[in-house]
Amino acid sequence: MPTSSPFPSERYVAPFDDDDVRISEPTLDAGTKPRSVWSDVWMSIRKRPLFWTSAILISLVVTVAAFPSWFTSVSPDEGCLLANSDGPPQMGHPFGFTVQGCDVYSRVIYGARASVMVGLLAMLLATAFGGIVGALAGFYGGILDSILSRVVDIFFAIPMVLGAIVMMSVSNERTAILVAVVIAVFAWPQIARIARGAVLSARKSDYVTAVTSLGLSPFKTLVRHVVPNSLGPVIAVATVSLGTFIVAESTLSYLGIGLPASTMSWGNDISQAQSSLRTNPLLLVYPAGALSITVLSFLMLGDVLRDALDPKERTRR
Amino acid sequence: MLTYAGKRLLQLIPVFFGSTFLIYFMVFALPGDPIRALFGERQPPEALLTQIREQFHLNDPFIIQYFHYIWGLLHGDLGTTYTGRPVSEVIMNAFPATLQLATLALLFEAVAGISIGLVAGLRKGKFFDASALVVSLLLISIPTFVTGYVLQYIFAVKLGWASPTVGANASWGDYVLPAIVLATASFAYIVRLTRSSVVETQAMDHVRTATAKGLPRRRVISVHVLRNSLIPVVTFLGVDLGSLMVGAIVTEGIFNINGIGGTVYRAVQLGDGPTIVSIVAVMVIIFIFANLLVDLLYAVLDPRIRYAN
Repeated sequence: MPTSSPFPSERYVAPFDDDDVRISEPTLDAGTKPRSVWSDVWMSIRKRPLFWTSAILISLVVTVAAFPSWFTSVSPDEGCLLANSDGPPQMGHPFGFTVQGCDVYSRVIYGARASVMVGLLAMLLATAFGGIVGALAGFYGGILDSILSRVVDIFFAIPMVLGAIVMMSVSNERTAILVAVVIAVFAWPQIARIARGAVLSARKSDYVTAVTSLGLSPFKTLVRHVVPNSLGPVIAVATVSLGTFIVAESTLSYLGIGLPASTMSWGNDISQAQSSLRTNPLLLVYPAGALSITVLSFLMLGDVLRDALDPKERTRR
Repeated sequence: MLTYAGKRLLQLIPVFFGSTFLIYFMVFALPGDPIRALFGERQPPEALLTQIREQFHLNDPFIIQYFHYIWGLLHGDLGTTYTGRPVSEVIMNAFPATLQLATLALLFEAVAGISIGLVAGLRKGKFFDASALVVSLLLISIPTFVTGYVLQYIFAVKLGWASPTVGANASWGDYVLPAIVLATASFAYIVRLTRSSVVETQAMDHVRTATAKGLPRRRVISVHVLRNSLIPVVTFLGVDLGSLMVGAIVTEGIFNINGIGGTVYRAVQLGDGPTIVSIVAVMVIIFIFANLLVDLLYAVLDPRIRYAN
């Protein structure tokens, strides 16, 4: 029986048209922008009521701090009449009056600025410094890491309130900026530790190995690839610490070594309210309540961010 | 294990010198002349001033002063206050109260915090968990002095269950209310830490294995879940011991306790350098050893660390 082809092997090779090679996913388009970590985070946090609660509260507090006159027509310095001392709430004075006859509501409104300012400034300083130190220690490792880590340990070993008391008593003029700096001086080690850990784990990732083997300089690798990918935990901790710094400011003011008594702040008002706690406990409740709500909203936001930024949590959800 | 402990101990030496130096530097930059302040309105003879300054090495350069101080410290001499009392006596006088307070607070936050955190973690997403999370956030956001005054007012003044102030020779019972006040914020942190750690451990393979091989739930929880969840909590407790002693500044003030916090606060206001530095040095030593203890506890809790070297 004659064969139809001189090449017997042809029988084993499929005709070309049978094996159609094409993109298996018709919707996949090489031009699609990959979803970044941040859009992932946004997708996950925008579904959480806790995020919206804290976001609304924080915007409210920040607006109050920036434009206190929008919220009260009473100036807290003027119109303190001793006749109103410890007076009950009246029309236009919903929270009543202090011992000095000042309007409590406007003091709570105007007190927001100092507390939020100190907290925000201390957070920015501590995060910037702690973040840089932590990133350098974690990324370069070796002797630099050993030295920086010991410096972090040294500052970490001095309790914040104690160090702040000593530093505040040294200074002649107490201002909001100084209080923020003093808080930041003893708070940055915590952020440095977090940043170091985050950079350390990001440094071992495959994409870092990839850009390194492509010949990117270590510094550019750190700035362009490692830092953006380790920001998550640092941002979460910084948000929570903003809340704790506001508490720290009020503690220093309470001890009489924070903001000067002439500056209106929640800490100072709480400190003054304690003397009339047994006769007029509401004087304590208002500034303390405002302080706690502010701190609480930053803690909640930090919590939501940490959950969203933690990859372990993300896969489990 | 021993090499691990030794290595950690060596790392702590620079921390000790660094921290004491830092505080020494800050304290001796304090403005004013504490020696002249000792005499109040009277004008002391110049010779006496010189002699006292000589005695406290105040004319030497700063770094020499520090070495004099450290030399004394290493020989167990904490120095004398500017008013002539040995600092060790001042510390011994104030320390028992703070120690009692801090011990009770630590005990309270560890026992209550871990139990509540464990239950919340085991019931993730349920009502108990949600309320524990909310309440703990609330407790963190209220400053200690507010909780202090409120609890003192309610329990001591209104209800009369506790004494509003703690005098000298107080019993352990008198310290319960101040200890709860002192521990409140840390307690809330421990609840949250334990909860998230328990949630994480529960999802691990070894817990599934333990359940699958038919161990009773009690044993799975106590040995396999809780023990493995304790590492971050123990770390926090170690760091917290230091902040408890200083956090006592506020609590001791509210409840009128004569402790370390009040002593160091008065010393700062009087500009009494030797007292401040020595108390901080003692605090740093306690802090360092608490952290060393924590490191060793890691090895007990986590066999991976125990067998690493």
